[in-house]
Amino acid sequence: MQELAQQVVSGLATGSIFASMALALVLIYRSMNVINFAQGEMAMLSTFVAWELNQRGLPIWAAFALTIVIAFVGAVALERIVIRPVEGAAPLTIVIVTLGLFTAFNGIAGWIWGYVLKTFPSPFPTTPVRVGDVAFSLQDIGIIVVSLGTLLAIYLLFQKTKLGLALRASALYPEQSRLAGIRVSWMLALGWGLASVVGAISGFMVAPVVFLEPNMMQGIIVYAFAAAVLGGIESPVGAVVGGLSLGVVLALLGAYVDFIGTDLRLPVAFAIIVIVLMVRPAGLFGRQKAVRV
Amino acid sequence: MSIRRFTIIALTAILALAAGAVLTVPAASQAVTGVTATEIVIGGTHPYSGPASAYSSIGKGAQAYFAYVNDKGGVAGRKITYKDLDDAYNPPQSLQLVKQLVEQDKVFAIFNSLGTPVNTVLRPYLNEKQVPQLFVATGATTWGRDASKFPWTIGWQPDYEAESLIYAKNVLAHEPSAKIAVLYQNDDYGQDYLKGLQNGLGAKASMIVKTASYETTDPDVKAQVASLKASGADTFFIFATPKFATQALVAAAQLSWKTKVYLNSVSNSQVVMKAATTQGGPAATTGVVSVIYLKDPTDPRYANDSGLALYKQIMAKYVPGGDVNDQFYLYGMGAAFTFVDALQKAGKDLTREKVMQAAIHLHETDNPFVIPGVIVQTSPDDRFPIRQEQLAQYDGTRWGLIGSLMTARR
Amino acid sequence: MRLALVACGLLVALLPWVIPPFVTFQLTYVAAYAIAILGLVILIGYSGQISLGHGAFMAIGGYTAAILLAGAGIGYWVSIPLAALLAGIVGIGLGFVALRLAGVYLALATLALAASVPPLLKRFKALTGGVQGLSLPSPHAPGPLQPFVSSETWFYYLTWALAAVAFALAWFVLRGRVGRSLRALRDSEIAAVAFGVNPVFYKTLAFGWSAAYAGIAGAIIAIVTAYASPDVYSVALSLELLIGVVIGGLHSFLGAILGGIVVEFLPLWAQKINPAVESVVYGVALILVVIFAPGGLAGGLSRLARALRIQATPRSRPASTIEAISEKSA
Repeated sequence: MQELAQQVVSGLATGSIFASMALALVLIYRSMNVINFAQGEMAMLSTFVAWELNQRGLPIWAAFALTIVIAFVGAVALERIVIRPVEGAAPLTIVIVTLGLFTAFNGIAGWIWGYVLKTFPSPFPTTPVRVGDVAFSLQDIGIIVVSLGTLLAIYLLFQKTKLGLALRASALYPEQSRLAGIRVSWMLALGWGLASVVGAISGFMVAPVVFLEPNMMQGIIVYAFAAAVLGGIESPVGAVVGGLSLGVVLALLGAYVDFIGTDLRLPVAFAIIVIVLMVRPAGLFGRQKAVRV
Repeated sequence: MSIRRFTIIALTAILALAAGAVLTVPAASQAVTGVTATEIVIGGTHPYSGPASAYSSIGKGAQAYFAYVNDKGGVAGRKITYKDLDDAYNPPQSLQLVKQLVEQDKVFAIFNSLGTPVNTVLRPYLNEKQVPQLFVATGATTWGRDASKFPWTIGWQPDYEAESLIYAKNVLAHEPSAKIAVLYQNDDYGQDYLKGLQNGLGAKASMIVKTASYETTDPDVKAQVASLKASGADTFFIFATPKFATQALVAAAQLSWKTKVYLNSVSNSQVVMKAATTQGGPAATTGVVSVIYLKDPTDPRYANDSGLALYKQIMAKYVPGGDVNDQFYLYGMGAAFTFVDALQKAGKDLTREKVMQAAIHLHETDNPFVIPGVIVQTSPDDRFPIRQEQLAQYDGTRWGLIGSLMTARR
Repeated sequence: MRLALVACGLLVALLPWVIPPFVTFQLTYVAAYAIAILGLVILIGYSGQISLGHGAFMAIGGYTAAILLAGAGIGYWVSIPLAALLAGIVGIGLGFVALRLAGVYLALATLALAASVPPLLKRFKALTGGVQGLSLPSPHAPGPLQPFVSSETWFYYLTWALAAVAFALAWFVLRGRVGRSLRALRDSEIAAVAFGVNPVFYKTLAFGWSAAYAGIAGAIIAIVTAYASPDVYSVALSLELLIGVVIGGLHSFLGAILGGIVVEFLPLWAQKINPAVESVVYGVALILVVIFAPGGLAGGLSRLARALRIQATPRSRPASTIEAISEKSA
């Protein structure tokens, strides 16, 4: 029983990492119905920027704040320059462009900062906390709280502000929105900027745990895909719930199902993606809708 | 382009190539491949890109040491040119690069290629061509063990199994009733360590009550450590690379797992121990046992050590910007030292046979990068250059040596 | 046209006698990659489906050959066709899954498939040798030929011959009803179905066929490298194949060969500048090609050729059918 509780808590801690990355994927999907395969590498690049600023003497929280601005502006510029020309093209085309970004960003980070592991300052203390027999750290709590906070901020932005309304409208009804005077194309760029900020925050949370290096997100991104699909690729709530439950499921499978153990986690993620997409493409939290043809 | 024009171009190309073939007279080969009066050209591959690229510091360290040797006049008046290429830890790519090095760049030998899979692919080719495959950067036992089949290949570092045997000896001698849990990386390296531990415990292998593996693609090892703790074990073996070893040390501390910890030498640098102490508190690292064979650049014990002074001097001059605390640089220099030693032993009239003979007749008491007392030595019957290691225990700030040097087998 | 093909054939046949053995060896990989990339031309270019996971089929092919050769001593004459068959069957299976997953989702699922290959290979140790992989006997030319051709040359011929067969087969099949049906499905599935094209049949066929080609490529690479291990079949391999087909040209046979050249030689050349350059060049090239030259290198070449021809012969002739098609799809 104690082990079960401990595994669930460990799974939640790991799952919160998947959740924060999945949230960024969902934001892009909501704004333009594509999956940004470079999302993880953009987060990694932002984290390197924060690290560099910190190394150059900026206090860590100031570095975070400045990086968030850079991540936002950078992603908006990226959308304008690289994604704009293929806007409205076949999904395959955009997939290939984001794969190109993925590859290029990974190389750029390696070129500038090299591949040696770097320790990244944790924004939260790693002090252990015990509740009964279950142990975890303040850092774990911090990551979960930040994911939930980001989710709340996204909710408020989308539901309670005019900008959010415009963002939603231009994703769902681009033509009508255009007629209503919304600059749809800029809304897409804003969507990229927001997703990049969420990704950067996720990078700040992840880097102290997995250490900073150009490939740091590659182990995580496939799980983030699975989390986003599981929760429903259009649902921010789904992304967080999907991430946390994926973390718990993987931990429990590792501890109690010998056949799967800890070495078949990626195939499990693959299976989840395929099964969810075949059986319930909208995921746990998305609304089922008619197939567009 | 019209088809006719294309055809004409293609046929011209064929003719040109054919003419080239006739004119290319095979080069006279009384000279030794890769060796001139002023130069020795050698080759190698390391993962400078891709998932294993943290190891690239090994190649850079070796390169820096050769530059240092060259600036001091080289070996018998010859400068060493080390063509070290990026194989991205991909065996087929490594094989192509090495064929190019052997056949086009005419290298004298292949030195310190990294990775068990990579060297497994290179070995049959290099042995068929009778090109020395010297001091490969992997700790599998096969490099020392299978000399009868592959006489042109030799390793350098202590093999992983041997290191585990030392731990097993220590456990059997001092903690005969231990209940052991093992975390290992699910690849050849982690499995070799596990195998060594099982073999070393022999009849008492059932002391291992639980094992858990991780993949290098895993984000963390929290869940694995939690289930290892739940097994009720009181001794925790960590066979993991630095990133995951740090996570494992921290996770064990956060779970308040009161356990004795053994940590593989791959991850016992001060960088790891400091990171784990910062994140998990002193409890994460105090009392951890490991073995060492290389000097740790951050260890205060070696503050006045001439070997480390040399290391730091080479780093400052030839690898500006390189992290001095990254022990992989030191590893590369250590292996390069042994290579230079073998070249010197092979004498002025260098041949591949002679350098191979030198490599299996090493007796190196002065390698400045290994800990005092370790002798890098080989004989035709013993192709494991480094086999002495020193048990050490971490007291929260530094490694304290336990007992004397140990030799695992033979 | 026929003359040009003959000239190319001659060029390929004579090359090993004038180039160093290691280049012959590298060109063998070019042919193997070209076969795999041709599979992606069929899948992406003709049928409009995507796969970021074709490395998985190369793994199936590679391990089939490795297990048969290392374990049972069965020669490549048997093991390469079996590798193609097995990869093809699994490909048809995935093709059925692909029917339900459109566009982006299929990309996602196949990428996860690619990531799942190494852990699966490590897991089923009894069959695959686990993390150690399988070492194969060194490749050699058949006994009677050994005095005349080196093993490099022999496998060069074998691989290019296989490539010729694979390309010819694709040529004959795609110019006919199958090609028309696939293109029709790609351009408008509803219209195609209305004209009686069976989407289930043709789309799974395309998936299985392209997987079989990847299987052949995987088998060849395992045989000439004399090794198969989980490290060989990383996600990077799948992505390289995709990069190869996009840069080479998604709709063109010539593009498959150019893509093979890119995948084989770019990593070898790029690292002379900096090891990270390869990724940067790949990524930037991918984006530039998609935005500015959707026909890839092959499309660019044919445009260049057309420009040259217009200069050379002012009275332009009607373009040949093939060029017309490749223009249209580019």
